[in-house]
Amino acid sequence: MHQFRSKSSWLDEETNFQGMTVTDHNPLVHIGVLALQGDFQEHVAMLRVAGAEVSEVRTLSQLSSVDGLVIPGGESTTIARLLVAFGLMEPLRERIESGLPVWGTCAGAILLASDVPGLDRPPLGCVAMTIERNAFGTQVDSFETELAIAGLEEVFHAVFIRAPAIKDVGKGVEVLARLENDQIVAIRDGSLLATCFHPEITEDPRLHELFISIVRDAVSQGQANKSHLLESQFVTGSGDNRD
Amino acid sequence: MTNNGSNETPLPNDASGKDSTGETATWRVKTGLAQMLKGGVIMDVTTAAEAEIAEEAGAVAVMALERVPADIRKEGGVARMSAVEKIEEIQKAVTIPVMAKARIGHFVEAQILDALGIDYIDESEVLTPADDRNHIDKTVFRAPFVCGCRNLGEALRRISEGAAMIRTKGEAGTGDIVEAVRHMRQLWDGIRSLQNMATDELPTAAKELQAPLELLREVKELGRLPVVNFSAGGVATPADAALMMQLGADGVFVGSGIFKSDRPSAVAEAIVKAVTHYQDPIVLAEVSRGLGAAMRGEAVASIPVEEQLAGRGN
Repeated sequence: MHQFRSKSSWLDEETNFQGMTVTDHNPLVHIGVLALQGDFQEHVAMLRVAGAEVSEVRTLSQLSSVDGLVIPGGESTTIARLLVAFGLMEPLRERIESGLPVWGTCAGAILLASDVPGLDRPPLGCVAMTIERNAFGTQVDSFETELAIAGLEEVFHAVFIRAPAIKDVGKGVEVLARLENDQIVAIRDGSLLATCFHPEITEDPRLHELFISIVRDAVSQGQANKSHLLESQFVTGSGDNRD
Repeated sequence: MTNNGSNETPLPNDASGKDSTGETATWRVKTGLAQMLKGGVIMDVTTAAEAEIAEEAGAVAVMALERVPADIRKEGGVARMSAVEKIEEIQKAVTIPVMAKARIGHFVEAQILDALGIDYIDESEVLTPADDRNHIDKTVFRAPFVCGCRNLGEALRRISEGAAMIRTKGEAGTGDIVEAVRHMRQLWDGIRSLQNMATDELPTAAKELQAPLELLREVKELGRLPVVNFSAGGVATPADAALMMQLGADGVFVGSGIFKSDRPSAVAEAIVKAVTHYQDPIVLAEVSRGLGAAMRGEAVASIPVEEQLAGRGN
């Protein structure tokens, strides 16, 4: 893995892919991890363990082939800059608006927000929320803590690194977790998920499993819509015949 | 690809404490910031204006220092921690992490940087060493440390002293990539050797590498260092940056290569893009266009060994 990493990571992917089992109840979903900068490898590893087909996303064609996307931790200014530079910002926004499930962790959460004071480039703006960057201070104030998260039975060990905090959420945005001082640090808005902390650098896959189930629901919903559409076309067609 | 290795490293966390939100300065929090910097470029800056250019170009962090290594090399004299006002000015100018260098063994410079709330301290051979025998005990600080290495033994000694991130040293201020390549290859050669070793050969290897056995066991199991490893010392072009990434770096430090070039802003942005698409020669060709002259540099082969910086601190 030290050299020619593209080859070895591709091999990893194949092995993992072949090892997956696909059933009707548990359809294999294809999740992309935005790999412009940040801890995307940690997300890739975690999602594979949690049972998804995973690939890194750096280009438009890679983006168009995934059922869901994780925007990892990293520097939000850098990732935003690269999204624009490589022509991914608008296509990604369009896919999210047409229903692509996305989970943003830390920098990813910042990019999903509609309002980010002090970010020098406009974010994706897909979730109605205000998020404050570096809300807890510099690195010496980074921390880890036990967090109660709506929908999870046991507390989650959450790692906050130069983390943002969500100051305000719009209508329809569900708050999943707050710190003891009441700051919001996890939300869900339909099939969009945002966390201010980094589950990918712990050993707890529960939030990755939650996101996979969100993607799975969106995929089967999409298939249902498609077959519904086919059905209605068929019904219309047969109606025409009758006429 | 093995990940999350940093979580398993058994190291003391003397600096860790509690505040209203949770536990601070833990090993996971320290190594975690380095994980967030991966796939990114950390740029040397000497002023707030340069820091702004770096942030605008997409740097994941800036390294505040008084003179870039090329000038330290040219002007000589004692190179120390940057002036406090300079660091504060840079901290105010950008929202990305701000790192700063302390002299090897100068734990009071490190205490000052920690008090300033610096995001990462680089105990660096680029500055004039303050202690020719000992490095700083990095476990007692709130701020995490990055240290340089030329090979596996040196990397593991720094990690055992508490470094939460490693960079291969290269030869700073030269614009010559040869030492960066040598050190990265030596590091991976050491890791590969451990992986091929029988378990009962590790104690002898630990003696030879002058590094703790426990860390050797961990590296053998992970197939990589237990912390993030960047490349430093000699990167001057997007091609240099992509070369180091293909050789197994997690990211790249660029010192003199940016602000000693004809077009700093364009070079900075091109190197950022090259690190993201390091495996894609078409993108690399595209970003290498129109950058003007790279820093002129100085071939390492023409520098007497005793004047090379990489030998400082072992």
